Amino acid sequence: MQQVKMIITGPFSSGKTEFINAISEIEVVSTERSISSELERTVKDATTVAMDFGRITVDEDLVLYLFGTPGQRRFDFMWEILAEGMLGFVVMVDSTKPETFREAKSILETFRAYAPTPYVVAANKQDLPDAWKTDDLRIALRIEEGVKLLPCVAVQKESVKNVLLELLYSILEEMEST
Amino acid sequence: MPLQGNIRDFSTTQLLNLINLAGKTGTLTIFEGVPTAEKDAMGGVKMAPGKERARVAFKVGKLIHAALDDQDGNLVSVLNKTGKLTVEQARIIRERASNTSDKALALLLINANYVTQKDVVSSVQQHTLDVVYDLLSWHEGPFRFDDDSLPSADRIMVPIDLENVIIEGARRIKQNEVLLAEIPNLDLALKFPENAKEKYKGVHLSVEEWRIVSFVNPKNTMRQIAKANNMSDMEMRRIIYGLLQAGLVLLVKPPQTQQLDGRRVVPMAPAVQETVVRRLIDRIRSI
Repeated sequence: MQQVKMIITGPFSSGKTEFINAISEIEVVSTERSISSELERTVKDATTVAMDFGRITVDEDLVLYLFGTPGQRRFDFMWEILAEGMLGFVVMVDSTKPETFREAKSILETFRAYAPTPYVVAANKQDLPDAWKTDDLRIALRIEEGVKLLPCVAVQKESVKNVLLELLYSILEEMEST
Repeated sequence: MPLQGNIRDFSTTQLLNLINLAGKTGTLTIFEGVPTAEKDAMGGVKMAPGKERARVAFKVGKLIHAALDDQDGNLVSVLNKTGKLTVEQARIIRERASNTSDKALALLLINANYVTQKDVVSSVQQHTLDVVYDLLSWHEGPFRFDDDSLPSADRIMVPIDLENVIIEGARRIKQNEVLLAEIPNLDLALKFPENAKEKYKGVHLSVEEWRIVSFVNPKNTMRQIAKANNMSDMEMRRIIYGLLQAGLVLLVKPPQTQQLDGRRVVPMAPAVQETVVRRLIDRIRSI
């Protein structure tokens, strides 16, 4: 059986676990733990310690795995391990939290340096009233014109499907061009 | 919903860059920060907007008006500050024309040969720049950008290109950690944007900045350029930050380097065939 892997990354609380949850056919093997830090607890109650793990079976010969990286920097030693053999990656950004934009850009650059694989940026929480528009986010995060920056609501399956499909289209385009 | 945040996380220079590149029209308001009991996503104290500190207006990406809350920014004060009116003249005009709008007052003063139109334009422009340069040094405060909200039509608004303001803002950055966070990796190279000729028109660069610009080439890393110019890493970062924010250069990966920051390049996915990607696409579409 062939297994392919995509990475879902982004800062703490950007919506990676929700993203995988929305589309995985199995209950996500989430390694969420209660948050130890008082600061982090005010943002959400649990966070991803090592990785989230979702699966989409294509047929008996092919399976797609979605790996969510831990958002906190103290677990970034895991990122490199998770990135090995990835087909592509999604960088999640919480569009309502400008305090995380610098971190999102840093994570993006880290993963870009791991491997020259295609990636897309998902501007999450676009359904919330204080979300920054995608055009503004592109400038704020200095995302090049050729890179897809997609509106996203990680708790909605159709929105998550769209992000994954756009990543796969980018992968396909790159294959066709080489 | 307006664009909002805190200049602690997204600096005034970055906001000016965003407004410039997006060609926005509207008003940026910066408030005093009132600490709340909540924390933001990065663990900082969440600040609620308090009293207004400054309002800056933009039209199609150009700076047109700026005012500090605690500063008298009417035309008489501005002309007095730039030496176009004496203290005595300013006092008399204030007494006699207290209810006259800035635009109407400018016309009266020009017609009475107190000042020229050029005096008015240059004084208002200088005042606007002084206000913006002042707030470029602020490091904390909630902000809000309201699209399409502009000062009343009776104010004098002089359009100013933002590129020079942004570069000046970068020259004034004193905190090295800001520069380090924005440009952590000097092993990247630089290239010009597509519309470089248009972008550089009217931009006033220092000798050091021009020296860096003359080395811009996707083959030269920033580290190599700094070395060639005998420049420290921080000096280099400060100049590049300004050029980047003003949209005058772009960061690119140099062709010879695959590995950045000493990080390991991870093994790629085993060769995946196009048919596999197409099957994945079909499967996800069907979910």
